[in-house]
Amino acid sequence: MTSQVSSAAEQAEEANDAVLGGQRAPLSGTTGTTGSDGKEIRRLDRVIIRFAGDSGDGMQLTGDRFTSETASFGNDLSTLPNFPAEIRAPAGTLPGVSSFQLHFADHDILTPGDAPNVLVAMNPAALKANIDDVPRGAEIIVNTDEFTKRPMAKVGYATSPLEDGSLEAYNVHAVPLTTLTLEALKEFGLPRKEAERSKNMFALGLLSWMYHRPTESTEAFLRQKFAKKPQIAEANVAAFRAGWNFGETTEDFAVSYEVAPASQAFPTGTYRNISGNLALSYGLIAAGQLAELPLYLGSYPITPASDILHELSRHKNFGVRTFQAEDEIAGIGAALGAAFGGALGITTTSGPGVALKSETIGLAVSLELPLLIIDIQRGGPSTGLPTKTEQADLLQAMYGRNGEAPVPIVAPRTPADCFDAAIEAARIALTYRTPVFLLSDGYLANGSEPWRIPETSTLPDLKTPFATGPNHTLADGTEVFWPYKRDPQTLARPWAVPGTAGLEHRIGGIEKQDGTGNISYDPANHDFMVRTRQAKIDGIEVPDLEVDDPAEARTLVLGWGSTYGPITAAVRRLRAAGAPIAQAHLRHLNPFPKNLGEVLKRYDKVVVPEMNLGQLALLLRAKYLVDAHSYNQVNGMPFKAEQLATALKEAIDA
Amino acid sequence: MPDTEELHHNDLLQLVPKAEAKQSMKDFKSDQEVRWCPGCGDYAVLAAVQGFMPELGLAKENITFVSGIGCSSRFPYYMNTYGMHSIHGRAPSIATGLATSRRDLSVWVVTGDGDALSIGGNHLIHALRRNVNLKILLFNNRIYGLTKGQYSPTSELGKITKSTPMGSLDAPFNPVSLAIGAEATFVARTVDSDRKHLTSVLRAAAEHSGTALVEIYQNCNIFNDGAFEVLKDKEQAAEAVIRLEHGQPILFGSQEPKGVVRDPATGDLKVVAVTEENRSQVLVHDAHAKSPTTAFALSRIADADTLHHTPIGVLRSVERPVYDTLMSDQLDAAVERNGKGDLASLLAGNDTWTVVG
Repeated sequence: MTSQVSSAAEQAEEANDAVLGGQRAPLSGTTGTTGSDGKEIRRLDRVIIRFAGDSGDGMQLTGDRFTSETASFGNDLSTLPNFPAEIRAPAGTLPGVSSFQLHFADHDILTPGDAPNVLVAMNPAALKANIDDVPRGAEIIVNTDEFTKRPMAKVGYATSPLEDGSLEAYNVHAVPLTTLTLEALKEFGLPRKEAERSKNMFALGLLSWMYHRPTESTEAFLRQKFAKKPQIAEANVAAFRAGWNFGETTEDFAVSYEVAPASQAFPTGTYRNISGNLALSYGLIAAGQLAELPLYLGSYPITPASDILHELSRHKNFGVRTFQAEDEIAGIGAALGAAFGGALGITTTSGPGVALKSETIGLAVSLELPLLIIDIQRGGPSTGLPTKTEQADLLQAMYGRNGEAPVPIVAPRTPADCFDAAIEAARIALTYRTPVFLLSDGYLANGSEPWRIPETSTLPDLKTPFATGPNHTLADGTEVFWPYKRDPQTLARPWAVPGTAGLEHRIGGIEKQDGTGNISYDPANHDFMVRTRQAKIDGIEVPDLEVDDPAEARTLVLGWGSTYGPITAAVRRLRAAGAPIAQAHLRHLNPFPKNLGEVLKRYDKVVVPEMNLGQLALLLRAKYLVDAHSYNQVNGMPFKAEQLATALKEAIDA
Repeated sequence: MPDTEELHHNDLLQLVPKAEAKQSMKDFKSDQEVRWCPGCGDYAVLAAVQGFMPELGLAKENITFVSGIGCSSRFPYYMNTYGMHSIHGRAPSIATGLATSRRDLSVWVVTGDGDALSIGGNHLIHALRRNVNLKILLFNNRIYGLTKGQYSPTSELGKITKSTPMGSLDAPFNPVSLAIGAEATFVARTVDSDRKHLTSVLRAAAEHSGTALVEIYQNCNIFNDGAFEVLKDKEQAAEAVIRLEHGQPILFGSQEPKGVVRDPATGDLKVVAVTEENRSQVLVHDAHAKSPTTAFALSRIADADTLHHTPIGVLRSVERPVYDTLMSDQLDAAVERNGKGDLASLLAGNDTWTVVG
């Protein structure tokens, strides 16, 4: 999905959807030409594929490669990796199933898709865990080698689903993937176990043939990945090619499909595929460059945020310092210490880590230093669902500290948007000298989409001057430096870094006297400082909320964060079916855009879908006295467009 | 990895700008009224630090004091340098971020036995093992003062306090042993009232490249008065205190000289009366010994209850690569290897496609 949407493409998606009710028809497409192999080629506008296997089967890698091929082909795409928290859950069991869903199209799309048109099931567990999501008529490719007595019994198949008729409604391709892979790799003389591992590349080759994907990048990738083991590299390439050739020659696969590049949907430019965590990492590096400040990341590994630590640690040549601390508290402590010294301090974490960092965030509020707190939300409470997505840290970010400790909150809406959101969070932190929360989530973090690479000259200037001299004149005419004398516009205090002669000062978590920053227990001063810190955050300049309302609807759907894709897809479906609905999406959760209250009052009904139990709705109700209706889901997965469309239709009709 | 030889002889103090003019103690006094209890040992330490700083001769804007929470942690407010009074136990982590990102600063941590060893124990040990260039002054009064008199992690077993009316059940930490166990490269102990000794230890700590931990026995005259009297009273001290000097035999005692020798049976250290026969066996203190074994054994020689045979001075001072230097070297190496980062090429990556309008 791109943030720039062509309206023609919007219609295209809808035209192919059965609106509100029933699952999408399986692959039909327009009958097209005949290929060089004499087989029929059909044209499709979009396809949803799900690769599923054991967590050791390499499904994420397979999905990543197919995504890369698809991106370089020029389709629009959206992905949903879904894997267990265990690194290697017991083999062949339902909890051990790992999957990767990819939606790609010849037009602009918004979600990884509700229901797969094609399921690749590497074993009985993968079939059993995913079959409920697969609509009748869809294609299922199964690895028959794994459908033996024991693996089937392990997941409760008394009889083989391949033979007992339970898959009659599907178009099943029974392929002995393991046997074929072993056969293809015979000449390599690899141990059986080693050779078997390439079966995911055989499957990738087969799917690449089915959808006419370019193959050069995968072959290059395999040779690079296994550069130190050339034999393994060549074996994988051979398995990949064997899969392709199998599709081309076997009669089981009579049809292949073409999904044209989505050139119409994309504005001109250079594109790449990018995941949320990568976009976020690049946004942070860009922010450091734009601010001309060294980046300092203090972090402790935690799913699903660790990728950012990994990525930033690869870019030390940008002056990026990454510090893997002894715990979450030390991670943010080091980042705050670096901020005191004049760096752009960052800490990355997930909900449990935020809980540990709360006291230091409060200190940062009191010190009024810039600091970025990146929270890649996951299922909670406590350890919760480490690898699954959720939006339930909003109130923690908003209020999870002692005392009145307001912190601005920014939330990206799509994987690629994480880049811009990171820069925006840095802008607020640097301009207003405050810690800022960036609330991403597991779905954005691991999902990917095409991204139009920005010209660096179009990125905002984040340069923030340090204090260089006295800023106050005493009654006797003496020039002094007051660390808590504020900018009248932004209410930000000066950022005076150690090493600056004449500006020596002491700051701390104890209440400070307005202006001088000296310790003060004076009641009136405390009241003033509490209100001033709040006023500073309330006064942050954020863009007005834009409302998309082409038909003067009476119902508004308002979301935040990663629900943007499914909500927008649902809105398109409703509008195509003639149901008017207005849509708006919040990037700024604190402070809210200034026009939000007015926008809410314009509509008879406001529906707020969230992957929590109604946290934004609670804030809206409290602040604007509006009867905001929650629509909630907390199952660790993003909303499905169809389900949301149904819920919104009910709200419109109610 | 950078050349270790170079690292070992790298005096990190050279990275901190020097003062342009001669400084005096007054330059380091802030305009804030000192608010410790009258008679508190903290006054003596503050005076010693303010008195020592001019000797160090660093630009005072390049000096930063970071503290946690507790009586001693008010220290930064009284120093006319940069300072941060942070939150309980976290000063080492905040100072780590500052020191590793600003090698042109001299970063000092002021902490207490509760702050450093209880709530902040984790940060302390990790700063020590990393060998971040921090000077940590641990004020040990063996009591919680600011919360009005509960036992601390260095209080003796069975101590009667407000929270332990029947006596504390906790075995105490020996901060010096702990630091040595945590791979500290510099560990020293001194006493608040001995200005001369305190200053000499501060000097050695300041000159050390890497983390220096200085335990300062400090009297809390309100909640734990006289905790270190045996080490301060002239007569008793002669028998109780072992003054360590690098390269000197470990001797003490007024009436009859005592010394520290190695027990050939156990390999452990023990105190003996020195005679003509055993004089040659008295251990010569080697603060730079590669192995921490003897320093650890020395730290255990004191009697935890009576404080008899308490070694003071520099127990251990060795050179090891400093975290800040290694971190900085990696940045340089990355530039050398890949060139200075270019944002446009980073964003573009290697796998792009172009849409033409």
